Amino acid sequence: MRKHRAWCARRACGWFSLAQCCRSVCCQPFAGILPASQYQALVYCILIEFSYLTRSIEQSDSAPMLGLFKSPSNDTSTSWFARLKTGLKNTGSRLGSLLVARKIDEALFEELESALLAADTGVAASAELLRKLRDRASRKKLVAAQELKAELHELLVEALAPLQTTMEFHGARPFVIMLAGVNGAGKTTSIGKIAHLIQAQGLSVMLAAGDTFRAAAREQLAAWGERNRVSVISQPGADAASVIFDAVQSARSKNIDVVIADTAGRLHTQSHLMEELKKIKRVIAKADPLAPHAIWLVLDANTGQNALSQFKAFNDALGLTGLILTKLDGTAKGGVLTAIAQAQAGAPQKQASISGGRAANAVVPVVFIGVGETMEDLRPFNANEFVSALLDQD
Amino acid sequence: MLESLTQRLSKVVKTLRGEARLTESNIQDALREVRVALLEADVALPVVRDFIARVKELAVGEEVLGSLNPGQALVGVVHRELTVLMGGGEAALDLAVVPPAVILMAGLQGSGKTTSSGKIARRLVADQGKKVLLVSCDVYRPAAIEQLRLVAEQAGADFFPSAPEQKPLDIARAALEFARTHYHQVLIVDTAGRLAIDAAMMEEIRQLHAALNPAETLFVVDAMQGQDAVNVARVFSEALPLTGVVLTKLDGDSRGGAALSVRQVTGQPIKFVGVSEKLDGLETFHPDRMSARILGMGDVLSLVEEARKAVDVDEAKKLADKFKKGKGFDLEDFKQQILQMKKMGGVSALMDKLPAQMAQAAQGAQVDEGQLRRTEGIINSMTMHERAKPEVLKASRKRRIAAGAGVSVQEVNRLLNQFEQMQKMMKMMQKGGMAKMMRSMKGMLPRAF
Repeated sequence: MRKHRAWCARRACGWFSLAQCCRSVCCQPFAGILPASQYQALVYCILIEFSYLTRSIEQSDSAPMLGLFKSPSNDTSTSWFARLKTGLKNTGSRLGSLLVARKIDEALFEELESALLAADTGVAASAELLRKLRDRASRKKLVAAQELKAELHELLVEALAPLQTTMEFHGARPFVIMLAGVNGAGKTTSIGKIAHLIQAQGLSVMLAAGDTFRAAAREQLAAWGERNRVSVISQPGADAASVIFDAVQSARSKNIDVVIADTAGRLHTQSHLMEELKKIKRVIAKADPLAPHAIWLVLDANTGQNALSQFKAFNDALGLTGLILTKLDGTAKGGVLTAIAQAQAGAPQKQASISGGRAANAVVPVVFIGVGETMEDLRPFNANEFVSALLDQD
Repeated sequence: MLESLTQRLSKVVKTLRGEARLTESNIQDALREVRVALLEADVALPVVRDFIARVKELAVGEEVLGSLNPGQALVGVVHRELTVLMGGGEAALDLAVVPPAVILMAGLQGSGKTTSSGKIARRLVADQGKKVLLVSCDVYRPAAIEQLRLVAEQAGADFFPSAPEQKPLDIARAALEFARTHYHQVLIVDTAGRLAIDAAMMEEIRQLHAALNPAETLFVVDAMQGQDAVNVARVFSEALPLTGVVLTKLDGDSRGGAALSVRQVTGQPIKFVGVSEKLDGLETFHPDRMSARILGMGDVLSLVEEARKAVDVDEAKKLADKFKKGKGFDLEDFKQQILQMKKMGGVSALMDKLPAQMAQAAQGAQVDEGQLRRTEGIINSMTMHERAKPEVLKASRKRRIAAGAGVSVQEVNRLLNQFEQMQKMMKMMQKGGMAKMMRSMKGMLPRAF
């Protein structure tokens, strides 16, 4: 037994002891199940263990960044703010109403915690925010709830500011953007909107229908292409990577500025599908060594704490360069963004990639947020406005 | 990272020096851990509050406080209560009406309505031999109708064509008429995804419901959904008399706390869970397993059940006998296990069923399915004699095997090393270590071997 434990510890495989394994298998109500099946289950455990041992330790290459993300500009167009505010008004009401004309007391902190939790901020991130808030409140000797609100606003902005960015599509031609995400996050719809946005900048766009799995995904993208009058490269029954490769080639010959590649939705736990995604990235790099120039993860604002593991898994597999948070126009709060921001701030800074003298951005920023269903409702992310709308502030 | 509730509670109990017992005073700490565990699983806050109050009541009773292992006992109470809250038993579709029985699907965008429609259709067609008609009232999202048409084709169900220019209500009425005149037993109506706050769209689905008078109105919800699940479910259940819930994308690694929130708010049972992108990935909902998952206890029962489904029973028995007789686990057995595991959907499918602590530990590690395939190739390149007695493998044999499997000799060596380690583990298991361990599990398994 001791030997086994030492062996496991050496491998840091997390299977702390054989006993633990057995307990997890056997402690369940096993009545009526053949002992043979128990053996089977145990053998599976061991086999799974085995597949970790044999895993090839692959360092995920750091994301190629072209230094395309300029420091965020501070001009705020009022109309879009109004729009975001209407989009987020359901979000704001709760946090805002808590902070009117009240004294700071323990109950208030508790309510704040509840509000943060209800916004999907997550237990750890909420606790961290509250800890800082308490700290500041006592340091600055705050008494009124209003002051606390300003303080919380500042804290949230501080947490989210690193995620702010502006998107430029220059520096490469064609500039290849690859989108990934779980099923139903809104990848294809976002592509339609992004294409519209890029066209508004006077650039030409081509779409690549890389979702070769889901029924009618090609048709859906084609419909978006038609609406935007953009050409869509698709091949029935072809491999996703080859479709996107073709699109990049064709965009080059047609002098197109931006290629947006759709991929099939996949749950981040399915390793073979994540491998496929890596392959797509490798194949795109064959068409253009610097491509894909941007790899964005599409996250559904409705998603709870699982968004964190989605972010980690996709980032590990692909080296993300941006996030898109969709469906913020509902009652979902998107507070998990705070958790993601904190996870990134806490994580060790990624090694800057030196190839070509380009420095990799350590933080994966939010490139767009989706606040509505129309084409115009995909907006750049601005931490200050996001938090303002969240706290219902003018 | 997420910890299972069991781990959390044992920590609480451990911090009480001297007495490993829950008391009135420290039960608060324990309940806080329960609260954190539920919140991390995305159970909505109001639901968590109610639940904690309920558990506290039960826990303060002698059941937990007096027991020898209060941490375990509390987990037991929590688990049982969760199971009760999620509906106790299993619920099936109730289609006992004058045909055609209409199933109306409703939910947010991207929750999985169309795929679930196809899965339910396939289940009704393949398992119950029903004549099913599918129709899409999603005139908003591009190609949504086309998607359902393809899904219907795969499911072996009939499809009622509609066009984006039509009004959803007209489509639904026409489809109902068509189903009536063509003797379809079931009509599944897929609708567009809608936001709960979109009054116009909610009115539309209300009208659809009124026109169709469905036997089942299923609310489709994403298992990954966060705190907002409770708000969305409330609005939908106020607008529509829901009769059940479909929980989708459960094959991810979310704890699925949304299941509890939705169940609590709608008061309707979860009838199905979606566990794969493919059309056969629809399972009946098991409340007890779901509560284990929410608590991070893993879904080992599903693992065992799946093993029973996919595994050749004779084969498994042979292996068990071999163990009992004290014979070693050889490379041939190893290969058989890899084959069986493949049958069950590969490592990743098994991974999903593992208890949280193991799955968590594994998350950092990339499970390499290809490695298992290569391993199989290497073993296939060995003779039977070599498989039974790997110790005969010397340099020249290894070279031959490596050439046969298309790998390097190092890889063969690595496999042999790992196999040796596996053998040691297996030996530990068969030396009665496991039986002893099991017996210590409070006699839960009286006659395991």
